[in-house]
Amino acid sequence: MSGKTLYDKIWDAHLAHEAEDGTSLLYIDRHLVHEVTSPQAFEGLRMAGRTVRAPDKTIAVPDHNVPTTEGRENPDQMPADSRTQVAALDTNAKDFGIHYYPVSDVRQGIVHIVGPEQGWTLPGMTVVCGDSHTATHGAFGALAHGIGTSEVEHVLATQTLIQKKSKNMKVEITGKLPPGVTAKDITMAVIGETGTAGGTGYVIEYCGEAIRELSIEGRMTICNMAIEGGARAGLIAPDDKTLDYIKGRPHAPKGAQWEAAMAWWQTLHSDPDAHWDKVVTLRGEDIAPLVTWGTSPEDVLPIDAVVPAPDSFEGGKVGAAQRALDYMGLTPGQKLSDIEIDTVFIGSCTNGRIEDLRAAAEILRGKKVKDGLRAMVVPGSGLVRAQAEEEGLADIFKQAGFEWRMAGCSMCLAMNPDQLAEGERCVSTSNRNFEGRQGYKGRTHLASPAMAAAAAVTGKLTDVREIV
Amino acid sequence: MQKFDKLTGIAAPLPLVNIDTDMIIPKQFLKTIKRSGLGVNLFDEMRYDRQGNEIPDFVLNKPAYRDAQILVAGDNFGCGSSREHAPWALLDFGIRCVISTSFADIFYNNCFKNGILPIVLPQEDVDKLMEDAERGSNATVTVDLESQTISGPDGGEITFEVDPWRKHCLLNGLDDIGLTLEKAPAIDAFEEKMRAERPWV
Ligand code: SF4
Repeated sequence: MSGKTLYDKIWDAHLAHEAEDGTSLLYIDRHLVHEVTSPQAFEGLRMAGRTVRAPDKTIAVPDHNVPTTEGRENPDQMPADSRTQVAALDTNAKDFGIHYYPVSDVRQGIVHIVGPEQGWTLPGMTVVCGDSHTATHGAFGALAHGIGTSEVEHVLATQTLIQKKSKNMKVEITGKLPPGVTAKDITMAVIGETGTAGGTGYVIEYCGEAIRELSIEGRMTICNMAIEGGARAGLIAPDDKTLDYIKGRPHAPKGAQWEAAMAWWQTLHSDPDAHWDKVVTLRGEDIAPLVTWGTSPEDVLPIDAVVPAPDSFEGGKVGAAQRALDYMGLTPGQKLSDIEIDTVFIGSCTNGRIEDLRAAAEILRGKKVKDGLRAMVVPGSGLVRAQAEEEGLADIFKQAGFEWRMAGCSMCLAMNPDQLAEGERCVSTSNRNFEGRQGYKGRTHLASPAMAAAAAVTGKLTDVREIV
Repeated sequence: MQKFDKLTGIAAPLPLVNIDTDMIIPKQFLKTIKRSGLGVNLFDEMRYDRQGNEIPDFVLNKPAYRDAQILVAGDNFGCGSSREHAPWALLDFGIRCVISTSFADIFYNNCFKNGILPIVLPQEDVDKLMEDAERGSNATVTVDLESQTISGPDGGEITFEVDPWRKHCLLNGLDDIGLTLEKAPAIDAFEEKMRAERPWV
C-alpha cells in the first residue's frame, strides 16, 4: 500500500461519517463568516428553528462591503444596502453567540488575514468560509476551501460538510527565485502553466525548495490563488516557520496543549511513497516578475513580453483572448512595459499583509507616485495597519503620494466605494482580473506588491528589476 | 428545494469560455440579504447598457430566448467567486440546467443545492447542443434526470453522468441539512473522540 499525502491525512482525521458510495461527512474545525455570503444562511437557520452547532468554532468579521476611509464607524459612510448587510452580521453574531470582530475593532480586517493573525488557523485543521479565497489558510497545512451559502448554513447547523474526496496534485517549485521574483509571481506562474481549470477536481500541495524558502505570509499568497487555478484547495506542509508564526497568537494552543499539538503537526507531511494523480514541476530560476494582460488569471506573461495575438491560442481561447484584448484596450505586439495606467491598488487577502507592505514601501522610499495617478494602500487588517504605522511604512506611502486606508477588501472586488471608473486601468495586487471586477469596465493587471509600487512610480507597467 | 426530474425547454447558447460568477451576477447585486429577486440582474453587464437598457444582441434579450430554461456554455463555467447568488440568479431567471464541458468546483456544488442540474459533456456533444440551441424556440431540448439522457430537437439522444447521491437528492428535492442531522450521533461521537485526541481544536 502506498503512503498518504498530506491531504489524505487531514481528510482521514476529519471523517465523521462515510457512506458506501464515498459521500462523506467531513468535520469542520473552523468556520469563518463574512457579511456577504452569510445572511441567507442565518435566515435559513432561523426559519427552520435551528441553532449554530459549534459557535466557539465560528468566527465572523465584516470585510467585503466596509468603507476603508477614516471615520467609517459613522453609518452615513456606508450606503444603505451595505449597512443592512453589516448590521445583519452584527445581529447574527450576537444572536448565535459566535466570535466577532466588528468594524470598530482594531482586529477587524479581511477574513483570511484575520483568521491566521488571531491564531484561529492551525495545521491539520479543516477550515471553510463562504468565500473562494479560503484556500489561503492552506499555507498552514490546513485543508481550507470556499463554500456556497447553502453549505455555510449546513456547517452552521451541523459543523460538517458533505464532501467527495478530491484527487491529489503536487506542484513542485524547485531551486531558488531570481531577484525581484516573489510568491505572487510563483502562484501566477503556476496558473499560467496549468490554466484556470487545470486544478479542477484536485487539492494541490505546493512543495519544493522555492516554497520552503518562502515566509508564511508568502505561502499564504501562494495558496490564496490555488482557487484561481480551479483547485478545491492548496496546501503547504507545516514546518518550523509555521510553528514560529503560530506560537503565542491569541487562539493558538498553549502549554501542554501546544506540546500535544506539535507532536501531531509533525506528522503532517506527505509520505515519500504517496500517490499523486498529477504532478507539475516548475523551476524557480525560470520564473520572472509577471503581470496579467487579459481578463483571466491564466493570462500571465513576464513583464518584458509583448501583448499576445489571439490566433496564438487554440480552441475557445482564441475568441476569449480577442474579447479580453478588446476589453483591456490592448493591441497584439504592444510591449507590456509600455502600457500606461491610472490606478494602483495594494491590498487584498493575496497581498495585504505586513511583508507585502514592506516590499512595496521598499520600492517607494524617497520616490513619488507619477503625477495624476491614483494610488492606494489598503492594509489587510487593523493590526497590519497599526504595525505598518509603527514601522514607518505608512509615512513612506503617504510621502510618496499613496492614500493610506483602513482595512477591508476594498478595490479587490469594489463592493464598497473603492472602484475603478469606466476604462480606467489599474495595477492591482489582488487575485482576479475578471471583467468588471474592480469597477464597471475597469481594467485590471495583476502583479506583486513590488511590481505595483514600481508601476506607481513610473505610471506604466514596469519591471521592478529596473527600479531597485 | 425544488425537485428536478424532467425538463423540456428552450436552450440558450452562450459560447464563451471561463464565464465567471462575477459575470453571472456582478457584485453590486450581492448586497441583498435574500435569495430571491436576482433574475433581472443575471448577466447584468452583458445584458444591459449603463443606462439600464437591454442590449438587444445578448442572447437572453432575444425574443427566442427570453424563456430559456437551459444554458449551453463554454468550458469552465462558473469559475471565480463562491457566491451562491450565481445559481440563485440563474434559478430566479428560470434556468434549471446548465450544460458545459466543465464547471468550476464550488459553482457545480452550489447548483445541486438549488435544484439546478449542471451537466458535463464531451466537447462534441456540447458543440452539437450549441448548434441546436442556436435554433432558438424552434428547438426545445429535453433533459431527463432519471434516465440521464438529453434529447435534442432532431431526436438524437445524449447520455450524461451524474453522481448517484446527488441525483437522488435532486429527484426527491431533499434538504441536505435535514439528512445530515439524522447522522447527529456520528457527529457527536466524532466530537467526543476529538476532545480527547485534539483538545486544542
Ligand atoms: S480581499 Fe478580495 S479576494 Fe480576498 S476575501 Fe476580500 S474580496 Fe475576496
